[in-house]
Amino acid sequence: MKFKKVLLGLAVVACTASAQAATTLETIKEKGYLQCGVSQGLPGFSNPDDKGNWTGLDVDYCRALAAAIFGDAEKVRFTPLSAKERFTALSSGEIDVLSRNTTWSMTRDTQLGLNFVGVTYYDGQGMMVPKSLGATSAKELDGAKICVNTGTTTELNITDYFKTHNMGFELVAFEKSDEVIAAYGAGRCDVYTTDRSGVAAERLKLANPDDHMVLPEIISKEPLGPVVRQGDDQWFNIGRWVYYALLNAEEFGITSANVDEMANSENPEIKRFLGKDDSKFGEGIGLGNDWAYNIVKLVGNYGEIYDRNVGPDTPLKLERGVNALWTEGGIQYAPPVR
Amino acid sequence: MANASYLRTEDAPLLPPPVSDTGIAGWMRRHVLSTMNDFSSPGAGIRSVLMGLLTLLLLYYGLSALWGIIDFAFIKAVWSDPEGLKRGVCTTAEQGGVATGEVGACWPYVQAKVKLFIYGRYPESELWRPNLIFALLAAGLGWIIIDKAPGRRFIALLMLSVFPLAALILLTGGHAGLSRTGMVIMAVSGVVLTLAGHLGLRGVLGEILLAFGGGVRLLGLLFLIIAAVMFFMSIDYGLEKVPTDFWGGLLVTLVVALTGIVASLPLGIVLALGRRSSLPLFRVLSITFIEFWRGVPLISVLFMSSVMLPLFLPEGTDFDKLLRALIGVALFSSAYMAENIRGGLQAIPKGQYEGASALGLSYNQSMRMIILPQALKIVIPGIVNTFISLFKDTTLVLIIGLFDLLGMVQSSFTDPSWATPVTSATGYLVCAVTFWVFCFSMSRYSVHLEKKLHTGHKR
Repeated sequence: MKFKKVLLGLAVVACTASAQAATTLETIKEKGYLQCGVSQGLPGFSNPDDKGNWTGLDVDYCRALAAAIFGDAEKVRFTPLSAKERFTALSSGEIDVLSRNTTWSMTRDTQLGLNFVGVTYYDGQGMMVPKSLGATSAKELDGAKICVNTGTTTELNITDYFKTHNMGFELVAFEKSDEVIAAYGAGRCDVYTTDRSGVAAERLKLANPDDHMVLPEIISKEPLGPVVRQGDDQWFNIGRWVYYALLNAEEFGITSANVDEMANSENPEIKRFLGKDDSKFGEGIGLGNDWAYNIVKLVGNYGEIYDRNVGPDTPLKLERGVNALWTEGGIQYAPPVR
Repeated sequence: MANASYLRTEDAPLLPPPVSDTGIAGWMRRHVLSTMNDFSSPGAGIRSVLMGLLTLLLLYYGLSALWGIIDFAFIKAVWSDPEGLKRGVCTTAEQGGVATGEVGACWPYVQAKVKLFIYGRYPESELWRPNLIFALLAAGLGWIIIDKAPGRRFIALLMLSVFPLAALILLTGGHAGLSRTGMVIMAVSGVVLTLAGHLGLRGVLGEILLAFGGGVRLLGLLFLIIAAVMFFMSIDYGLEKVPTDFWGGLLVTLVVALTGIVASLPLGIVLALGRRSSLPLFRVLSITFIEFWRGVPLISVLFMSSVMLPLFLPEGTDFDKLLRALIGVALFSSAYMAENIRGGLQAIPKGQYEGASALGLSYNQSMRMIILPQALKIVIPGIVNTFISLFKDTTLVLIIGLFDLLGMVQSSFTDPSWATPVTSATGYLVCAVTFWVFCFSMSRYSVHLEKKLHTGHKR
């Protein structure tokens, strides 16, 4: 125990030492690139393509951040992190921002010295069953065998859900997501459960995807968002407003294709947003006044990012759902730039 | 005088062996059927029948497994993707693709990802650098392996000195911003220690240095080598820098495995000798080191290096992740290597040690010329065993976010544009075959080496 205390003490010293150093933005500008922590591979959120370039929703957020800082969306390096090491990597300064499908929860927000900048994707745990099972609702699954990943919140949530509804169940747990879906595909369990975005991705690996259906119930809230270190408000603001800029751009109808036209627009709100009038919103957070212009020009707005990575035209085929803008029935809502 | 007609004047002609003993039939009868054609007693008959049934059963399972692999990898496989359909080409209509019937291995996926599997995200324009290193490695190793090639010692020396340095510079690009002061301090202390050790061994600097001179000199030489490496690394060769984040695939597997292999053998020898040393200081240090590293699992070593270490270092200290893993793996395997070699040292009869002393050889001389050559020969299987398990253990670096071959293959499963039911099976097949080729060649070479060095004393 004593050894543990010493370690903790050292860790705390290291953390406070890092807080006193130069601001995150200065450090990033000095080294010339943004270091972004992503997952080791989650389809549609952060996964390498054929060339090994990182693509995905979480990845595009980091590119937007780089575009806002440097006016160059390529000045970002990605560090693939396992679920276990992600927070250490952030608090030790190994990465500047963690954009790794991380669920925003109270513990993580308040006890780890971290801040969540927003929710880039509202996810929730879903369930997939074979159509042959004949179930139309999760409440009919009494006594089901359930395939899950070990040590995840999914395991916890599904246990809670079945206990709340007084249903019997049997967990069949695996370490790797590949094994989970393979076991489900081989008929070793009746239910496959993970985050809904994950269900959509894993379904592609089934031999007969059409024989399986996703149940309507969403049994948990999984707001996923980027995370920064606590204690650097400027960096926190940048992270948060880059996300808002993506949403605002979509709300204004500005896309990477029409941003140059829009820049000449007479709409004062759009002019203000793209830095074409005298207001200096960019400078206010330590960036150039064309920060939002660069984000949209180089990466696109939130809708474009969504459609490109997880939307209906991708293999994942995820509808916007709650992730639509508030004007279109969703809950993605950004405060105005003014 | 005997009657000549009773004596043969020439040999009787040699008859061919009976048909039942030659060819496939004969081989079968002698090696396979001999256990199942004995019906001399009821007991033997039952045994023969059971043996026959068991053979058929095993044959059936073995062949059907083999057939399964051939069927998957060749017959049902999809070979090309001319229209660029990606996942479509390896999925059936129900799965959203164009393939007809059951799909086996998805080779277009491997074609699309093969660069990732070999080099990771190494920049395309710089691929000639790892290629050159691979070529040099193959040429150098090939040269050393061929017994009759001239200048093998010289090539081996090059492979252990110039090649690692060249690989380091080519792969990273050199021009590392290393501190000049550090380099100078390293070089100066290296020279001082070497000299002190050298003079100490001659007894000029008192008794303590007489005893520890060898160690001091070794440390000095190590410092000098580090200084030299730092010097060569800091030169600007005009190569683009490629940070280790961009390395991946087979490249990382080979870098980690080869570094571990090359570093663990000398370190292991030193530790093994230290553990058997009569000097308590060396002995205790070696035992502590060996037992510490043998006592912790490799995963926790890697975890400590990636999760805990950054917390202790001052912020901004960029301690390369790959380097951390390399150091961890090298120290870890050297502890195992030390125990292997100690086994060899203990197997050498005491007479050999005493004989060496009686000839008036010093400790270094007797180790170099008498003991180690015999000890190392005995433990070749153990050493190669450690090498092979080290090679396979490199896959553990995935947990600290380094993508070795297996990691790269696994991460490619997450690309939704290639998500099919057969993607992961295909990827794992590629991985398994690659690993098998490397490990099997190591094992065959060790057998060859054993035969070659087997000079007389049959086991």
